[in-house]
Amino acid sequence: MAMVYEKSKMLTDAPLHYCPGCTHGIIHKLVAESLEELEAGGRAVGVAPVGCSVMAYNYFSCDMVEAPHGRAPAIATGLKRALPDGVIFTYQGDGDLAAIGTAETVHAATRGENITVIFVNNAIYGMTGGQMAPTTLPGQVTQTTPYGRDVTKAGFPVRVCEMLSTLSGVAYAERVSVDTVPNIRKAKAAIKKAFETQIAGKGFSIVEVLSTCPTNWGLTPVEALQWLRDNMIPYYPLGVYQDRTANEKGVF
Amino acid sequence: MSERVLMKGNEAMAEAAIRAGCRHFFGYPITPQTEVAAYMSKKMPKIGGTYLQAESEIAAINMVLGAASAGVRAMTSSSSPGISLKTEGISYIAGSDLPCLIVNVERGGPGLGGIQPAQSDYWQATRALGHGDFHVLVFAPSTVQEVVDLVFLAYDLAEKYRMPAMLLSDGLLGQMMEPVSFPEPVEKFIEKPWATNGHQNKRPHNIVNSLYLAPDELERTVVERFARYAKVEETEQRCQEYLCDDADYIIVAFGATSRVSQSAVDTLRARGVKAGLLRPVTLWPFPKDAIRSHIPHVKGFLSVEMNMGQMVDDIRLTVEGKVPVEFFGRTGGVIPRPAEVVEKVLTMAGGDR
Repeated sequence: MAMVYEKSKMLTDAPLHYCPGCTHGIIHKLVAESLEELEAGGRAVGVAPVGCSVMAYNYFSCDMVEAPHGRAPAIATGLKRALPDGVIFTYQGDGDLAAIGTAETVHAATRGENITVIFVNNAIYGMTGGQMAPTTLPGQVTQTTPYGRDVTKAGFPVRVCEMLSTLSGVAYAERVSVDTVPNIRKAKAAIKKAFETQIAGKGFSIVEVLSTCPTNWGLTPVEALQWLRDNMIPYYPLGVYQDRTANEKGVF
Repeated sequence: MSERVLMKGNEAMAEAAIRAGCRHFFGYPITPQTEVAAYMSKKMPKIGGTYLQAESEIAAINMVLGAASAGVRAMTSSSSPGISLKTEGISYIAGSDLPCLIVNVERGGPGLGGIQPAQSDYWQATRALGHGDFHVLVFAPSTVQEVVDLVFLAYDLAEKYRMPAMLLSDGLLGQMMEPVSFPEPVEKFIEKPWATNGHQNKRPHNIVNSLYLAPDELERTVVERFARYAKVEETEQRCQEYLCDDADYIIVAFGATSRVSQSAVDTLRARGVKAGLLRPVTLWPFPKDAIRSHIPHVKGFLSVEMNMGQMVDDIRLTVEGKVPVEFFGRTGGVIPRPAEVVEKVLTMAGGDR
C-alpha cells in the first residue's frame, strides 16, 4: 500500500501533553516538517521555554535544551556561538518571550543573532492556569483580569513583530495563524523560510504564530478558532513585517 | 610553563582561561572585574573565539548555559551585584549538570555597596548561588599565579564532576600586578557524550534539562548529584598551611586577607606567640580535614575576613565547639591591617607580650 501521510521523523513517539484543541501540536508538526525537509535535524538544537511547551524537549527528536523562563534566546545565542553550523531555534510562548524574556528577545534580534524564534502567541499564560499575558487583548477576561484587561491599569498588549521589525538585526519577521488549513499552509511556509534564513546566515528570524487556548479561554476548540479570527487577527494583523532575505548578506 | 611576565590579576585570569581552552566568554560591564572582559574582547577575535557583551548579567549566564550545553569551555565574569543576577542561571546550570567557569571579583555590599575589595559574598558563593539543593566548586586564590593555576583546575574539576565552578577573587587581587607564568595551552579535552551539539543522525537526541515533575525522579537526580558532591568533599579539599604544625593559634583566612594574616603570623612569632595560618584554597569543598587535624594541639582558631563573619560559620561547624573559634574582620571595602590581626590574636592569648 502506498504511504500517503507519515509523521515527521523530527518528532519523537512521546505522546503530547497538550489540552484538547490546543494548536501547539500543529505548530510542533510544522517546525518538525520544516527541519526534516531542510535535512537539518542532525545539526539542529532546539531550546524549550517555560510555559505550556516546557516539555517540547521530549517531542522534538533533535538535541534539546530546556531554558529558564524567558532566557531561551540567550541560550540559543550561546549554542549558536559554540555551534556556528548548527540550526538553532527557540520555541516560546507569549509570557516567556514578551514579558520576562523581553530583553533577551530584543537583544538577540538587534544583534542579528543567527537563530530562529518560533513565537506562539495565544494571549494568555496557559500552564499556570490562564493569567493575563503581555499579549492579552484589551477587555479580555483572564484569571488576573477578571473584569477584562483594563488598559488604564494593566497597559496595552505588545505587538512583537511590529516592535522587532524596527531593529536592524532582524532578517525575517512574519506573523501567521493556524486557525484554518490555508493559514496552516502559510504558517508552514513562513517557518521553513525562517530556518532557510538562518541556514543562509542572514540574521535573526522570527515567526509569530497566533494560537488558541480553549481551556483557559473557556471555549470549545471550534469557538476558540473563531475567537482568534474575530479578536486576535484584527489586533495582530497577519503578514510579513520584515524581510531582508533578498540581500545577499542578509542584515549584515 | 611560559616565561614569567608581570600582569594584573584580572588580565592573568583571562589569559589563563584562554590557555585552558575557553573560547566563549559572555559578560556584562561591572567594576572591579572590568579588565577580564576588556582582555577577552581584545584576544578572542584574534583566536577565533567569542567575546560577547550581553544585554544583562542574566543573559550572559544563560549564554554560558547554552555554550556549555554544546560542550565547549564557557566563562562569564562579574562582581558581587552582578553575581546576584546570575544566580538564577547558575541554579539551572547546576541542575542541568553542566560544567562552566564563573568569576566573582568581589566588591563590598549589600546593594550597590562599593567598588573596593571585599569578601562579603562567601555565604553566597558557598550557600546561595541560586535556589534548590546544589553546590558549586569555589576556588579562592591569593596570588596572581594562583589565579592562573586555579583557572585550569576549575575547568578540569568542573568537567570531571559536571558542575559549575566559581573563582572567588576580589578587587585587590584583580587589580594588583605580580609576576606570573602560564602552563602550556590545553589541547586535549574530555569527551562529553551528553552535549547537545547536534546528533548528526548518529545517536538518540540529547536533552539538557533541569525539570523533573515526578517527585521521586527529581529526588533521585538530586541524590545522585549529592553522591558526586560527597566524592568532591572527600577528594578535592585544598588548603595551604603556614607554621601550623606547632601552632597554639591558627588564623584561617582566604584570598587577600590570607596575605595580611601571614604578615600577622610573622609578627606574632617574633613576639613569641606560636601562631600559624591555614589558608583555604577551596571554599567549597571546605578544607575540614586539615582544620580538624589541628584541633588536638591548638588553643583556638581565628577567622580573618573582609566581611562581618561568614567563613567563621564553616570553621565552627568543623570544630564542633572543641576549641574556641573567634572572628576578626573589616567590611565595606576596608582591608584589615596586620597590626589589627596581631592584636586580636594577642587578646585570645590572654594579653600583651
